[in-house]
Amino acid sequence: MNIDWPWPWLERNLDDIAEATGQHLYLALLPVLVGLVISVPLGWAASRWRLARGILVPLAGVLYTIPSLALITLVPLALGTKIIDPLNVQVPLAIYTIALLVRSVSDALRAVPGDVIAAATAIGYRPVRQFLSVELPLAVPVIIAGLRVAVVSAMSLTAVGALVGIGGLGQLITEGFLRNNGVELVVAIVLIVVIALLIDALLLLAGRVITPWTRAGRGVKA
Amino acid sequence: MIEFQAVTKRYPDGTVAVDSLDLTVEDGRITVFVGPSGCGKTTSLRMINRMIDPTSGTILLNGKDIRESDPPLLRRGIGYVIQHAGLFPHRTVLDNVATVPLLSGVDKRTARSRAAELMELVGLPSTMAKRYPAQLSGGQQQRVGVARALAADPPVLLMDEPFSAVDPIVRDDLQQQLLRLQSELDKTIVFVTHDIDEAIKLGDRVAVFRVGGRLAQYDSPSALLAKPADDFVSSFVGRDRGYRALGFLTATGIPVGEVATVRAGDAPERAREALVDGWAVVVDEQNRPLGWVSADLLSTMDKSVDTEALVSGGSLFEVDSSAGGTAGSLRNALDAALSSPAAVGIAVDGTGAVVGGVTADTVLSALADARSSGEVPG
Ligand SMILES: Nc1ncnc2c1ncn2[C@@H]1O[C@H](COP(=O)(O)OP(=O)(O)OP(=O)(O)O)[C@@H](O)[C@H]1O
Ligand SMILES: [Mg+2]
Repeated sequence: MNIDWPWPWLERNLDDIAEATGQHLYLALLPVLVGLVISVPLGWAASRWRLARGILVPLAGVLYTIPSLALITLVPLALGTKIIDPLNVQVPLAIYTIALLVRSVSDALRAVPGDVIAAATAIGYRPVRQFLSVELPLAVPVIIAGLRVAVVSAMSLTAVGALVGIGGLGQLITEGFLRNNGVELVVAIVLIVVIALLIDALLLLAGRVITPWTRAGRGVKA
Repeated sequence: MIEFQAVTKRYPDGTVAVDSLDLTVEDGRITVFVGPSGCGKTTSLRMINRMIDPTSGTILLNGKDIRESDPPLLRRGIGYVIQHAGLFPHRTVLDNVATVPLLSGVDKRTARSRAAELMELVGLPSTMAKRYPAQLSGGQQQRVGVARALAADPPVLLMDEPFSAVDPIVRDDLQQQLLRLQSELDKTIVFVTHDIDEAIKLGDRVAVFRVGGRLAQYDSPSALLAKPADDFVSSFVGRDRGYRALGFLTATGIPVGEVATVRAGDAPERAREALVDGWAVVVDEQNRPLGWVSADLLSTMDKSVDTEALVSGGSLFEVDSSAGGTAGSLRNALDAALSSPAAVGIAVDGTGAVVGGVTADTVLSALADARSSGEVPG
């Protein structure tokens, strides 16, 4: 495999690379978002009822250990989707995200102090509003931590999706192999890693911005 | 008015937390629920705002069965202060206080300006408005808790051991503040504590519970000290209750005798002539007491009575006189006498000027008079 000076190749293929990047982000992030939206009510149920927790938490643990390739090949069988349908990758990604977040959300909600919940009820919150404006915000730091793991693994798992023929940066990796094009291979890998780190950093930052109270430690009395 | 009518609470596991409670909480008063741990105080309190529903019996709020009210709406009209304040960690102090007005549909600006007023009322500097609860001391957090409970100006205030987690000095401060607030606001307050001293200090009426959720006695603090209903109450009220009961008898009209005074800066020889039983009170220009001087002490002073070298006095006892002042209690009078180095308690008027002295004998004979006239139950 030869790795030439990359500029000429890059210049010729900029459009394709950009398209693959966009596709990669779409393939990876949409399922994480869907997974997040589904994990919150599931995590809430698990935090609230022992029975729900007894089922959801172990189930999430098992799902997370299924190898990604197995899941990607099983999904078309289960859903009846075509072999190159993006859903074949996105559904497993959503499942991994849920598996990862249900437990985080449940633990975070259970960690909200009883005093705070009793005070919110005593003040006259109705249950839904109380959940959205007291319990969920307090769970945000833990949820963000889980989300960061979910996003980074989704970025690399999406690359695996290229093996079953869906697009994204993973496709550049397989193409690079087939055409013996080292530049293409390296560019794709670097992009995946850099973008994953970037999103991770963005999430970290966003988490800090929306949870200013977590940094209001006892030491900063003015 | 809050009326408990044959209220019983049995938890699913069979624990009877409250056992057929009949009790009326009067408007504009502080009613204290006191009793050992697990006697059902919190359960009783939480049944008032429907955080817990009774197994049987009825609770009326201003004559209306609380079961007819929508719980969240009922609760917005009842302030609640919880043991560890239970502040929202993710909201600033100001926004914590503004929570209830916001919930009731008041716009954000009005709610915040109301919150700022409340912070001032409970003695929190406005510089704390932007802090998060984690940046406050325990006592400050409790103040925020009180401000939050008062923000919607509810007629009823429920307080569950609000001051039990702070140190004694801060607790005393918070208690004084509550009494001051209450004298301005006239709320109907139900206050839960396991501390009998706190109950006696704050309560207009005190309900003593025994384990098993039964009401042992419901009375004024003085009646509780003077006439405990049974052995449980008398042992719960504790030692020194006779002495503490003196705190509820005003010393109005107690005979105040002469007391020897000398002025700071007087010559020691003149001061020596003024001593009675070897002691005199040294006073300043306004006749306010500075301390005691004895014959021994005078012999160490050569030019004038030196205010640096005085024996510090005991507690003072205020009398009502033409110069104003409210008469203290017999307990104040007795304490003044007992804590004085000369065995004479210094009586002062509203301006703090010395008007005379009281001895322990005088106080005790005043007590005997009060007894025989039936002011003190046997
Ligand atoms: N949810 C519950 N389920 C079962 N039993 C309970 C429950 N809550 C309270 N109890 C029991 O009911 C009794 C009264 O409890 P409660 O909390 O009202 O007591 P308390 O007087 O407030 O005690 P403390 O001074 O310790 O706060 C206790 O025996 C307690 O164990
Ligand atoms: Mg309690």
